Amino acid sequence: MLERALNGSKNYWIWMAALMSVIGVAVICYLYQLWFGLGVTGMSRDVSWGFYIAQFTFLVGVAASAVMLVLPYYLHHYKAFGKITVLGEFVAIAAVTMCLLFIVVDLGQPQRLLNVIFYATPHSMLFWDMIVLNGYLFLNVVVGWNALSAESKGVPPPKWIKPFIYISVPWAVSIHTVTAFLYCGLPGRGFWLTAVLAPRFLASAFAAGPALLILLCLILRKLTKFDAGQEAIQMLSKIVTYGIIINVFFFFCEVFVACYSQIPEHLDHLQYLFFGLHGKGALVPFMWLSMILMFTGIFMMLVPKIRTNETTLAVACVAIFIGTWIDKGLGMISGGFVPSPLHHVNEYIPSILEIVITLGIYAIGMLVLTVLYKIAISVKEEAAGLS
Amino acid sequence: MMENSRRSFIKIAGITAAGIGLKPVTDVLASGGVQKKTSPIGDVSSGNNVLKAKRWAMVVDVKKMAHEDTVHACIEACHKLHNVPKMTNKSHEIKWIWEEEFKHAFPGQHHEHISKEIEHAPFLVLCNHCENPPCVRACPTKATFQREDGIVLMDFHRCIGCRFCMAACPYGSRSFNFRDPRPFIEEVEEKFPTRMKGVVEKCNFCAERLAVGKQPACVEVSNGALIFGDLDDENSEVRKVLDSNYVIRRKPGLGTGPQVYYKV
Repeated sequence: MLERALNGSKNYWIWMAALMSVIGVAVICYLYQLWFGLGVTGMSRDVSWGFYIAQFTFLVGVAASAVMLVLPYYLHHYKAFGKITVLGEFVAIAAVTMCLLFIVVDLGQPQRLLNVIFYATPHSMLFWDMIVLNGYLFLNVVVGWNALSAESKGVPPPKWIKPFIYISVPWAVSIHTVTAFLYCGLPGRGFWLTAVLAPRFLASAFAAGPALLILLCLILRKLTKFDAGQEAIQMLSKIVTYGIIINVFFFFCEVFVACYSQIPEHLDHLQYLFFGLHGKGALVPFMWLSMILMFTGIFMMLVPKIRTNETTLAVACVAIFIGTWIDKGLGMISGGFVPSPLHHVNEYIPSILEIVITLGIYAIGMLVLTVLYKIAISVKEEAAGLS
Repeated sequence: MMENSRRSFIKIAGITAAGIGLKPVTDVLASGGVQKKTSPIGDVSSGNNVLKAKRWAMVVDVKKMAHEDTVHACIEACHKLHNVPKMTNKSHEIKWIWEEEFKHAFPGQHHEHISKEIEHAPFLVLCNHCENPPCVRACPTKATFQREDGIVLMDFHRCIGCRFCMAACPYGSRSFNFRDPRPFIEEVEEKFPTRMKGVVEKCNFCAERLAVGKQPACVEVSNGALIFGDLDDENSEVRKVLDSNYVIRRKPGLGTGPQVYYKV
C-alpha cells in the first residue's frame, strides 16, 4: 500500500519537500551534537533533562490517545468511530516514533542504547518504558496496517487481529503509566513525587490527543474528500472536554496539597513555575498562559454552541493542545529540577540547536503521519467509490 | 514484482551499503575517541593490600573541616587524582566533592537562628554511597551499581548517558560530561582513566585506592577532618565516632540510608 503515498498533488509534494528540508537541517545539527556532546543544548548539571525528554513525555500522551477511538469502537461497538480508528492508530505510530527519536537524541552515548536490552534491568523504569513504547508501536503498526489493508481489499479485518486490538487498550494506558513512573518514584524530586502524576498524565493525554485528532479530521475534510462525520467529531470533542476538565482538576489537587501543607519541598517548585524564585522566573509567563489556554478551552468546550461550531471547536482544540503542551512540555521538567535538591536555582532555557533538532523530529513525525494518512485516505476514498 | 530486477537489486544493494556505512560514521562522531591502555594498576582483585569492609562509611568532622585550606586540599586531591576536568562553562561543571553552606547541604534543617558557626562552616558534600541507593534502582543498564561493601560504583563504558541516575539522586551528587572533558584536565593522572563525553560520573569512595591498601585521597589530606572506615567493625574509628557523638545525615527521611555522616 506504500505506493499510494507516491501519488500526490503539487501541494502534497511541496509539503513533503518542506518537511524534508527541516529534517535535513535538523540531521546536520544532530550530527554536530553527536560530535560535540549534549553541551550544545541548554541543559546543565542541575537541570539534566530538558526539551527532548519533555517532548517525549508529552508525545507519549498523544500516542496513548489512539485508545480513545479503539475502546469505544471495538469494546463498545460505537459505530461512528469505525471510519477513523485507523487514523488514531496512525497518530499513535507517528507519536511513538517521535518519542523514540527524542529519547535517542537525548542520550549521551546513543550507540550504546542496546545495552538496555543486553543488560536488562527490570527494577529500572526505563527498561519497562523501552518495552512498552516499542510494543505499542508494534501493536499499532500491525493493527492499523492490517485493518487498512483489509479495507483496501473490501474485506473485514482478519480475525487474528482481535487479540492485538484488545491488548492495545491496556497497553495504551501502560505507556502512560510507565512514563509517569519514571518521574513519580524518584525520592529527591518533590514536584514529581505525587500519586496523581500517572492519572494526570492520562487525563492530559485524553485532552491533547483527541484534540489533535479533531484538528486532523477537520484538515482532512478541507484537503481531501474524506469526512470523518459530525457524530465522530462531536464525540471526540466530548472526550476532550472531560479530559481537560479532569486534567485541570488534578492539577488543582496538586496545587492544594502543596499550598495548604506549605511544605517547602513541594511548594518551592510551584512557586518557581508560577511566581519565580530567587529572582529567576523564565517560565512564569508560559505557565500562566497555559492556565489561561486550558481554562478558555474548558469554557469553550462546555458551551454547546461553541463546541458544535466546527470553527470555534478548532480554536478550542488548538488552545487545549498548546495549553497541555506547555504544562507537560515546558513546565513539568523544569519544575521538577528547579530548585535543585540543594536548593540552588539554575534555570534552563533550550538552545537554538536543541530547538532545531526538536523541530526536525516533529517534522519526521509529521512526515510519517502524512505518508500514513495519504495511504489511509486513498484507501478510504477508493472504498467509498469517490476517487 | 520481477520487472527491472537488476535495477531493483542495485538499488537495494546501494541503500544497504549506505546503511552499513552509516554506523561507523555515527560511531566515530558519537564516541569522540577511545583510549585503549592496559590497566596501569594491574589486576585489582588479587592485591595483597586490599582494604576490605562490610560497609564503608565516612564521617565529616565539621569543626575540624572549618579551615578553607583543608576543604580546598580535599577537593583538589580528589579532582586531581581522578582527572576531574575544570570546565569553563558552569552549566557543564563536573564535581565529585565540593563545598556547600549548611542551608544548601541540609535544606529543610535550616532556621533563622542557626548558630553563626554552623551558618558559615564549610560543608563538604559528595556521593553518600547510600545503603538503599535510588540511582542504582533507576539505572537501566546497571552501569551504576552497588558493590557488596556498599560502594556505589560506575561503569563508564556501559553508561548510555540517559541521566536517569542524576534525576534519581536526592543529593545532586552526580555530574554529566556534556562535552569531551579531556581538553579541560590540567594534568592527566595516568593511574586513573579519563572519561568520554556523554557519561555520568561521581565520587567512587576511591575504590581503586582501597584496592591497594590506601585511604581515600580526600581522607588522606584532611588532617583528621574526614574519618573513613568499616561500620561493621566495632573497633573502627568511624564506629567509635558514631558511638560517642550525635551526627546528622542529609535528607534522612527519604530512606536512602546515606553513609556520609556529619559530626556538627
